[in-house]
Amino acid sequence: MPVLSVRDLSVRAGDLPLVHGVSFDLSAGERVGLIGESGSGKSLTALAVMGLLGKGLTAQGQVLFEGQDLMSTTEKRRCQLRGNGLSMVFQEPMTALNPTMRVGRQIGEVLRVHRNLGKRAAREQARGLMERVDIPDPVHYERHYPHQLSGGQRQRIMLAMATACEPSVILADEPTTALDVTVQSRMLELMRKLVAEQNSALLLITHDLAVVSEMSDRILTMYGGHIVESGSTKSLLDHPRHPYTSALVATSNAVTVDSKAPAGALPMIEGSVPATGQFPTGCPFRDRCPRADEKCAVMPPLEPLGDQVVACWHPVPENAGDPASRVGA
Amino acid sequence: MSEGAVALTLEPEGVSLGRADDQSLRRRWAASPSALIGLILVLLVFVTALISLVWTPYPPLAVDPAHNLSGMSSSHLLGTDQYGRDVLSRVMSSAQITVYAGALAVFIAALIGIPAGLYAAWRGGAPGEAVLRLADLIYAFPALLAAITLSAAIGASTTTAMIAIGIAYTPVFIRVTRSNALLVLSSEYILAARSYGRRPLAIMRRHVLPNISATIIIQMTLLFSLAILAEAALDYLGLGTNPPTASWGNMLQDSQNYLNKDVMLSVWPGVAIFLTVLGSNLLGDGLGDVFDPRRKR
Repeated sequence: MPVLSVRDLSVRAGDLPLVHGVSFDLSAGERVGLIGESGSGKSLTALAVMGLLGKGLTAQGQVLFEGQDLMSTTEKRRCQLRGNGLSMVFQEPMTALNPTMRVGRQIGEVLRVHRNLGKRAAREQARGLMERVDIPDPVHYERHYPHQLSGGQRQRIMLAMATACEPSVILADEPTTALDVTVQSRMLELMRKLVAEQNSALLLITHDLAVVSEMSDRILTMYGGHIVESGSTKSLLDHPRHPYTSALVATSNAVTVDSKAPAGALPMIEGSVPATGQFPTGCPFRDRCPRADEKCAVMPPLEPLGDQVVACWHPVPENAGDPASRVGA
Repeated sequence: MSEGAVALTLEPEGVSLGRADDQSLRRRWAASPSALIGLILVLLVFVTALISLVWTPYPPLAVDPAHNLSGMSSSHLLGTDQYGRDVLSRVMSSAQITVYAGALAVFIAALIGIPAGLYAAWRGGAPGEAVLRLADLIYAFPALLAAITLSAAIGASTTTAMIAIGIAYTPVFIRVTRSNALLVLSSEYILAARSYGRRPLAIMRRHVLPNISATIIIQMTLLFSLAILAEAALDYLGLGTNPPTASWGNMLQDSQNYLNKDVMLSVWPGVAIFLTVLGSNLLGDGLGDVFDPRRKR
């Protein structure tokens, strides 16, 4: 049984739909990547799962955590689960840590909320957690304020907080985007280790395909508030079937296969992500899609296609060759 | 083991600043002369109030008709008033009234204003709006008039006067707290605190309040000086501290009948009020520079 099962989750701002009936499952120990450009609804989906949508945003659908529907439960129960059953890692460790609280106490906060620990016991355990995220000499570092630490150290603190209560589900929203490339890989390695140790399910939100290819077992592609394709990491990156995934893969591969591309002609996706509410009706990608026609005025359903599940009337053929050559076709 | 070496061996990308934070705070104090002068003046008042509790040159209420209006002398450094009471002793013991009055007004305004401001920021919507409109309503009523009315209704005393002044300045705290709390509430660390299950009240206490405390402390210092001025004015009008208890406002009132005999009688309490209010204002202004390193320089 999946530990987290999202069914037909929609988010709207008043009358404006932002996320359209998203469904996916996470199983224990599984790492799933959620990819897409900025504005495709990835973070909103994560916040809706946590029940932390801002004012003016409403969510509908089901979020089943260990079989219990979070959408219909009380706020009190949700508070008990946040940080304990489900936790979140944020993108910007500078702004996601309280600047006036020493980091040791900040980690202890999570334990004090859920483990009912006193000050001293929480501090003791926080030291252990700091060691677990490779911050040695916790007795020294616990007294630091966030601004006295480097970006990598801060993100480690965040990770210590998110994993403090060994949650079954961890939602990581661009956890390495704000970090140096050299620090990135060590952070990812640490995340993989912690998730494996606790047998947690990880939803990794990113726009960096290199990160998902390294980290995830499965990938979901989101565009315009829809999940447009899902499949195993290997098959989806090797043979993307949705034109959007295909274009993402092509742009990302361009750096590594530049010998094949003519100089100065980096592949890119035509146009840009429309502003919220400006997506076309039907398939949200059709105004940027080289394969679109009249049929795309109706949103295609998500249907199995080869190794993947794809929402497209005109999917990319399975053996279309080098993805880079398809861009702009 | 030096801080730098630790950072290097543990985390090559890390730059540990160690305790530089505390040092720079000290440096900012030193670099803000107005804050420092303000702090010294305010401390002077507090220390005087404390000393006068246990020692004054003469008992402040001791009457000595034989030596009234004596002028400055070695036995009465600041002279004596119309009843022969020692002016220095009375100026000193008045500091007690001043500290009590200022602190009481600030305490009441903060006690009501800060929770109300936090509530308005957290709740928003119609209830938040209602709190703000109530604040406008209170603010529209002149503080001194409120104090005079209350004194007339339930009898003049320092406490009555300061309750009225405190309530009258509550809206200032409501607004300052609300606007700063709104800013903090929109930050990601509040979202993060919610994401690990903190409840609203704990978020307010542990995450919002510490991050707006600087502005609130500055506001408290400024209100302290306003309250002292109001208290002196009410005492002068006979609507605050009751004679014979010494207060700077009472002393001003007493002295005006004897201006032609000893003009300095009105100068001493005036100087005391002036320095206290000046100090408290300088401290409030200067604290802004001390707390926020981006301001000034």
